[in-house]
Amino acid sequence: MSSVPGGPAGAPVLEVDDLAVTFARRGEQATRAVDGVSFAVGASETVGLVGESGCGKSVTSLAIMGLLPRRGVTVSGSVRLEGQELIGASDSRLRTLRGAHMAMVFQDPLSSLNPTVQIGTQVTEVLLEHRDMSKSEAATEAADLLDRVGIPDPSRRLKEYPHQLSGGMRQRALIAMALACSPRLLIADEPTTALDVTIQAQILELLRELVVDTGTALVMITHDLGVVAGLCDRVHVMYSGKIIETADRHELFARPRQPYTGGLLASVPRLDAGRGTPLTPIRGSARDAIPWAEGCAFAPRCDNAQDDCLTEVSGSVVPLEYDGPGRELRCRHPLEHPPAPSGATAAGAAR
Amino acid sequence: MLRFIVRRLLQLIPILLGLSILLFAWLRALPGGPAQAALGERATPEAIARYNELFGLDEPLIVQYLRFLGRAVRLDFGTSARTGRPVTTEFLERMPGTIELTIFAMIFAIGVGIPLGYLAARKHGSWLDSASVIGSLLGVAIPVFFLAYLLRLVFAVELGWLPGSGRQDVRIDATRITNFYVLDGLLTREWDAAWDAVLHLILPAIALGTIPLAIIVRITRASVLDVVNEDYVRTANAKGLATSTVRRRHIIRNALLPVSTTIGLQTGLLLSGAVLTESVFSFGGVGSALYDAIFARDFAVLQGFILMLAVVYVLVNLLVDISYGLLDPRVRVR
Repeated sequence: MSSVPGGPAGAPVLEVDDLAVTFARRGEQATRAVDGVSFAVGASETVGLVGESGCGKSVTSLAIMGLLPRRGVTVSGSVRLEGQELIGASDSRLRTLRGAHMAMVFQDPLSSLNPTVQIGTQVTEVLLEHRDMSKSEAATEAADLLDRVGIPDPSRRLKEYPHQLSGGMRQRALIAMALACSPRLLIADEPTTALDVTIQAQILELLRELVVDTGTALVMITHDLGVVAGLCDRVHVMYSGKIIETADRHELFARPRQPYTGGLLASVPRLDAGRGTPLTPIRGSARDAIPWAEGCAFAPRCDNAQDDCLTEVSGSVVPLEYDGPGRELRCRHPLEHPPAPSGATAAGAAR
Repeated sequence: MLRFIVRRLLQLIPILLGLSILLFAWLRALPGGPAQAALGERATPEAIARYNELFGLDEPLIVQYLRFLGRAVRLDFGTSARTGRPVTTEFLERMPGTIELTIFAMIFAIGVGIPLGYLAARKHGSWLDSASVIGSLLGVAIPVFFLAYLLRLVFAVELGWLPGSGRQDVRIDATRITNFYVLDGLLTREWDAAWDAVLHLILPAIALGTIPLAIIVRITRASVLDVVNEDYVRTANAKGLATSTVRRRHIIRNALLPVSTTIGLQTGLLLSGAVLTESVFSFGGVGSALYDAIFARDFAVLQGFILMLAVVYVLVNLLVDISYGLLDPRVRVR
């Protein structure tokens, strides 16, 4: 599959261009949580936004959905859903798009469901809001939806409250709500973090089937490389508000170029490693990042860092540059992979 | 559910027993005594002894207590030393007044408090928010008797807009059925009597409702501020629901859970007698009856009224617990 944005199905469903989000509080210095992020997602395509806590991946998703609070938040750049600009769109315009054309599945299914309202009402309210349906039609449709996401005995579940469902069930119910109006874009923000491992696999399988069946564009936000490996066609690795590496899933796992990506992959525990083999962490923490204006944000934690990573030689931010077909990289001293022809030697970089 | 109610009702027995012992001991420890109060300061010792003998007050305390207990289980609390009428009859006459006053005070407190608290939270940090916080602090801090006098002075005495004492104009010859004057007026279609009773309720209800109002504003505000940041409100917005649906179904419904507890507790408190407010407005409820009984050292009335009010308080709290289950499915009792 091609990794060029908007590849197979013509125009991409979602185009994010130079998106920036700044949080400002009176009397405090403004924080730029998302800084010049650009990517696109086509129909039936799954794109991963990967990074550790605080890298700006969730803020990116909330900015796309227009769910960030208005006060103290500045959003700039461009977000186009099927060609329509969302940044600066009116609240009522966004409300007609949310739930109908774009939907979101959140991290913690228990707190994301209203504890005092029946599951059925929480599903039908989306249908009644966006689709021309009577209450009884909506109830039938809601039962179908629950059935589709694999909830057994849906008509009984519709009358139950969130606390009566298991964790996996709740996440399935949330996915059912997100799918109610067959949105063109689905954003899943760490949908499996709060679930145990066997349920995680089931939920990911469900999402994969849905992408195949409905042709929805899926943005998968995660810090879990296992999720990326199982689900995503293309991956954007974020660090400190910027995308630092973009690649095809296979390419990324085989030949990570950014030392940060390399560190993330190296830190994953492996079943085939011997007993007692220590994990390989990335040293420091995300708080050690320096502002992008002063060099590479990852440089203080990077094993490959050299003098020109910390001091801004050219007077501009380290650019995100072409790094072979379908790949982009923001790094001055990337990891080299001698066995595979990649990087400078252009011939046959990607299969 | 039934077991829960029965268990709670059985808990009443030890509560009432303990309370009755405390009450009995406390009343006897008061200086003066009923004879002194009834006969005046210059009563002779002989007269006092005669009075005590007449009302059985010369017997050992334990005998007095057991005799009291024996009658109390049959809802007979004796007769008032002041009026000579049965305590239970007086209570049943007085309680409707207090219930009416409580209902009006709570309507005022809820009707103003919840919208104000909601607006303060939605306009968090605005002048309205600050004003409601300061106002509710004042509302709790101002003594009720001061506020009651002030309201009476301004609106009843100076401006003359509203009546400032009693439950109904004495010139109105209203038919009594339930002793709820407003209800009686409606039942007998004596509209002017009902309306006059309503007018008499306004000032005392405002004075009495101020503290619950202040508490409700604060709790509503804090609760709404909590709920708007909940994940499920974000989910509701992510579904693209209309603002009114998000507000009604996802914010207010959940924000009112802690408020409903407060409303229940405050209602229980107000029902157990607004002594200060009722006496300022000479409002014939249980509060003013308690006030009079304390000064008359009317033991029978004090014992009977306070025990019956304790029952009312426990029952109201039981109702609050049951209604909480209706509002929040997570605590529904099976």
